[in-house]
Amino acid sequence: MSESPNTLMVDQTEPAAEAAAEVRRRGPLWTVIGTGLVMLAVPFLADTFWLQLGLFAMAAAVAALGLTLLLGQAGQLSLGHAFFLAVGAYGYTFLAGQSGRLGGGFALPPTLAAVLAVLLAGAAGLLFSPIAARLRGIYLGIATLGLVFLGQHILDNAPRITGGDNGRSVPVFTLGGLRFGSDPDQPQYLLNVLWGREQKLWYLFLLVTVVAYLYFRNLVRGRPGRALRAVRDRELMAGIIGVPVNRYKAYAFLISSMYAGLGGVLYAIAFRRIVPETFGVGLSIEYLAMVVIGGLGVAGGAVAGATFIAFLPPILERHAGLLPGLAPTTGTSGISPPVAAKFIFGAAVVALLLFEPGGLAGLGRRVSRALATRRRRPAHPR
Amino acid sequence: MTLLLQLLVSGLSLGAVYALLALGFVIVFKSSGVVNFAHPAFLMIGAYTIARVGSAAQVPFLLALLAGVGVAGVVALLVQRLLVYPMAGRSLIAVSIMTIGVDVITQTEIIRRIGLDGYVPMRDPWGDRVVRIGGLVLPQTRIAALLVGAVLILAFFVWLRYSRWGVAMRAVADDPQTAALMGVRRSTVSAMAWVLAGMLAAVAGLFITVFPSPGLQPVTAAVALRAFPAAIIGGLDSTGGAIVGGLVIGVTESLAQGYATDLSFLGAGFHSVMPYAVMVAVLLVRPSGLFGAKELHRV
Repeated sequence: MSESPNTLMVDQTEPAAEAAAEVRRRGPLWTVIGTGLVMLAVPFLADTFWLQLGLFAMAAAVAALGLTLLLGQAGQLSLGHAFFLAVGAYGYTFLAGQSGRLGGGFALPPTLAAVLAVLLAGAAGLLFSPIAARLRGIYLGIATLGLVFLGQHILDNAPRITGGDNGRSVPVFTLGGLRFGSDPDQPQYLLNVLWGREQKLWYLFLLVTVVAYLYFRNLVRGRPGRALRAVRDRELMAGIIGVPVNRYKAYAFLISSMYAGLGGVLYAIAFRRIVPETFGVGLSIEYLAMVVIGGLGVAGGAVAGATFIAFLPPILERHAGLLPGLAPTTGTSGISPPVAAKFIFGAAVVALLLFEPGGLAGLGRRVSRALATRRRRPAHPR
Repeated sequence: MTLLLQLLVSGLSLGAVYALLALGFVIVFKSSGVVNFAHPAFLMIGAYTIARVGSAAQVPFLLALLAGVGVAGVVALLVQRLLVYPMAGRSLIAVSIMTIGVDVITQTEIIRRIGLDGYVPMRDPWGDRVVRIGGLVLPQTRIAALLVGAVLILAFFVWLRYSRWGVAMRAVADDPQTAALMGVRRSTVSAMAWVLAGMLAAVAGLFITVFPSPGLQPVTAAVALRAFPAAIIGGLDSTGGAIVGGLVIGVTESLAQGYATDLSFLGAGFHSVMPYAVMVAVLLVRPSGLFGAKELHRV
């Protein structure tokens, strides 16, 4: 095999151009404020079904940020994301859970349990990093596949942690005196809106997602981000100019696994009940699809991709009648909504990689650039 | 002792099947530089075609097998021509992720077709009959797998060594630029590799789905995935390594299954993750596999 630079499909623009695009992308402040206000207003407008979906999407977005850091910025392929999600989800559930007939637990305060679960995911990532740091991107992809299967095996054989095949319910999250659960006996109202679990969790998740997002952007813009991209684009050159290649690869893997762990904690809290099967190879592939669909290496892309993948199956389910050939329920002939969702995201991955490697983010950039040039140019040149 | 011998033979037979899969995986990687995650999909397509054609009345099994091998080869060719070739020059990771997309689409469709029954029987001539050799009791399917695997592997290496195509393939793998200057078309050679990989995967698919497995199941894809650790253990760019890796995976899996009661501290069903455990252990010592070329950089 010839030596080809280990470049990825992300826009391979010069660093200067990348920085310029970054400044351009920062864009008008009012878009940020507008989006923020809309996000804050959502619990007052949307019903529980959509709020719950939003929670899933935010949990997925946090974990996807980790994968897009590893794959898009550091150029390391991982199919093991589901494993770290599982560590986060089960870490939280076990640490915060009561020890009972169906499973063990430490009954720690949920906040502490959540933090420890993220650290646990980081520790798992660190344990694997001797392998992760030495392998090239593609070898790592397959090696991490092993991680998912080993993780599944452990979960299958640890009923004290998982509560067996039927899953285990997740302890309600509390922060200080605030309890993020539903209380059917004493319904609370805020501005005439029933203020239940989803509404409260919405703000918690929003906060966590925004912090995760900002941390990612800072990391990518700073020295570590530049080092990671150097390792991605030309490992040898990066080493020569003094980037400790192996350490940065391990670092990317560590941060990525912690993001996944945090995503797992959120996922568990949003779902209220977790089963081991969820965290299989299929989940890893879904995350891969998210970051590819959204646009690799870009924070906004990870969020967009996560939203797309989270909302696709329920929307298809709700509007099954509108699409020809879609069967309303599973089991009948025709294509059931979950199957259709899989077809769509598989096809989206293939099509985007073939035609728009930048993903949704790339599409957006192209559109906004086209709009900008049109605005700059007078409609009727003299 | 009998148990050990029996496990070794069935492990070698399973290993021969994994080796066929890993071999296809490796030749695709060597000739086009793509890690083909759609490899299990080719296996599923091949096995599904064999089962469906075989269940039609008055079709001899051999014809069904040929149909499955042919269909898998054609699908592999289409994937290479329509999806992989247009991405030439792009990063290998991008192309590999694209093949994951192909795999998702194909697997979803096959699993949907398998339907709620849960499996499609293969209608092979061996059924669940066994052969007794000395004290050993071996299913006919295992012996057939071992023989067919050995013959195909041998044939492949003879082909690779002596045929024009084989020489071209080795030339491309060795030095694509020089090979191109000598008039070897890389795209044609890699198309050939994809077709071969698809056909080998179909044969492997047959032997993964016959007795003791009830037939083609959704879980067959997970079994097929174990060819990845096999290829990695041997080294992604080593054809010989793929054979060794396949056999190692097959034998260790078989032993772990046979001695499950002694290994109960590792948890129930450990044999199914054994390939991955072996892979991780090998990677810790040798990051490019047992026989993989160490990557050298020229500055």
